[in-house]
Amino acid sequence: MQNIRLIIVLIGFWAFTQTTFAANTAGQSSENEFDPMEMIMHHIADAHEWHVISYKSDGEERHITLPLPVILIDDGLHVFMSSAFHHGEEVVQKGQSYYKLYHGKIYKTDAAGSIKYDEHHEILNEKPIDLSITRNVASMWLSIVLIIWLFTTAAKRYKGAPAAPKGVQSFVEPLILFVRDDIAYAQIEKGKADKFLPFLLTLFFFIWINNLIGLIPFFPGGSNLTGNISLTMVLALITFLVTNFSGSKSYWGHIFWMPGVPVPIRILLSVIEFIGLFTKPFALMIRLLANITAGHIIILSLFSLIFVMKSAYISFVSVPMALMMFMLELLVAVLQAYIFTLLSALFIGMAVHNEEH
Amino acid sequence: MGLLTPDPGLVFWSALTFGLLVFILKRYAWKPILQAVKSREETIEYALAAAEKAKAEVEDLNATKVQIMNDAKAERDTLIKQARELKQSMLDDARNKAQEEADKIIASARLQIEREKNEAILQLKEKVAEFSVDIAGKLLEEELQTTDKQQAIIDKYLQEVNFN
Repeated sequence: MQNIRLIIVLIGFWAFTQTTFAANTAGQSSENEFDPMEMIMHHIADAHEWHVISYKSDGEERHITLPLPVILIDDGLHVFMSSAFHHGEEVVQKGQSYYKLYHGKIYKTDAAGSIKYDEHHEILNEKPIDLSITRNVASMWLSIVLIIWLFTTAAKRYKGAPAAPKGVQSFVEPLILFVRDDIAYAQIEKGKADKFLPFLLTLFFFIWINNLIGLIPFFPGGSNLTGNISLTMVLALITFLVTNFSGSKSYWGHIFWMPGVPVPIRILLSVIEFIGLFTKPFALMIRLLANITAGHIIILSLFSLIFVMKSAYISFVSVPMALMMFMLELLVAVLQAYIFTLLSALFIGMAVHNEEH
Repeated sequence: MGLLTPDPGLVFWSALTFGLLVFILKRYAWKPILQAVKSREETIEYALAAAEKAKAEVEDLNATKVQIMNDAKAERDTLIKQARELKQSMLDDARNKAQEEADKIIASARLQIEREKNEAILQLKEKVAEFSVDIAGKLLEEELQTTDKQQAIIDKYLQEVNFN
């Protein structure tokens, strides 16, 4: 009953602000128009600088950002801080080449820093090989420092005679045992699972911690590392390699020459199974990327609503809904880590399984 | 499309970082933790089994104790019973023996008395005979001159004397 009343009140607010918004926009100029699409894309994409906060002073927008190292391979190695770009306003000269930061990406330009487009509005400028420490890389390093600290601290407590878990140990141990018993041992035959445990444990905690860091809305969180296709691709690729390099004879037999079915079907199945080899890690890659990015987009959209409507009253709708999404995202963070690890373990379990006929 | 285009820089760094992370954690975290957990699980299992065994042993011991106590009680009871029976039989024996002895003593006493009595009678008879002879002698001295009639009277008197 209480909830229904709350919802009615919220809808009332929303209707009210709708009308005020309609009244306000009539005389508004479009020069200062807020573009939610651009804001959201900016937040979920990688960046060469780590944005801390923006503020307005003397009517001018100022940004406090942490510059990050830029590493370019283009006729030799060029290393400089991203602050040299002045948020993309200036062209950097290294040797004979000029580089410009444009929409988060570095392009080779002429001295004036002109960007050329083709008829499909695709950028024609050449891109150097960019191995920069971007926001996502920095965030990843932060996460591994955290992970290594957490688990080596816990590991130190295991020295000496067996004792009841204490402190950080009692926090991580159930999780480690969960991954061991309910993921690795449940999917991979006993005796073969221990070999893959370090990989699965690292995978689970790496994804989970990075998902959580991504949910922190301010510096040093907020990066969209696990929602970035580069990372999910690397993780899926590692699972693919681990799976297929530990494939047993019967695993390959079942892929290329399925026992117990007629020959024409065997040929057909081998094609399907071969495609399946790649679709499995591909699904892993897309699932993690889509889930995490979608969560970020929904939360950012809810907050964008306030600025699109230009009414603080919208926050009565946006904030509770974003809060709900945050709760959901906390669940999704651990759920996606679990699913990724579980499916990896499942694929490995299928690969190492030796079927007795 | 930007979202779905892998960025070579991030691919490179994340592959390197993840590989290193697996290596470091395997060496400094997973191995010691998993080993310690395993050994602890074994210790707990062993301790539980030992406790179970000890419990069974204690139960065994208790059963043995009860058994021993019961045996002891039963033995005590039989001993007491036997002692009682022995006492009874000893008393009975003693009584019987005493009776017998008494009977024997009485019997022999009777025999003795009989014998003594007979002897006394015999001696008395002899004495009486002597007295009779003496008397007879005296009478003879007195009445020897008289008649044979007198002798007959003496015999007649002697016959009349009843000693019993």
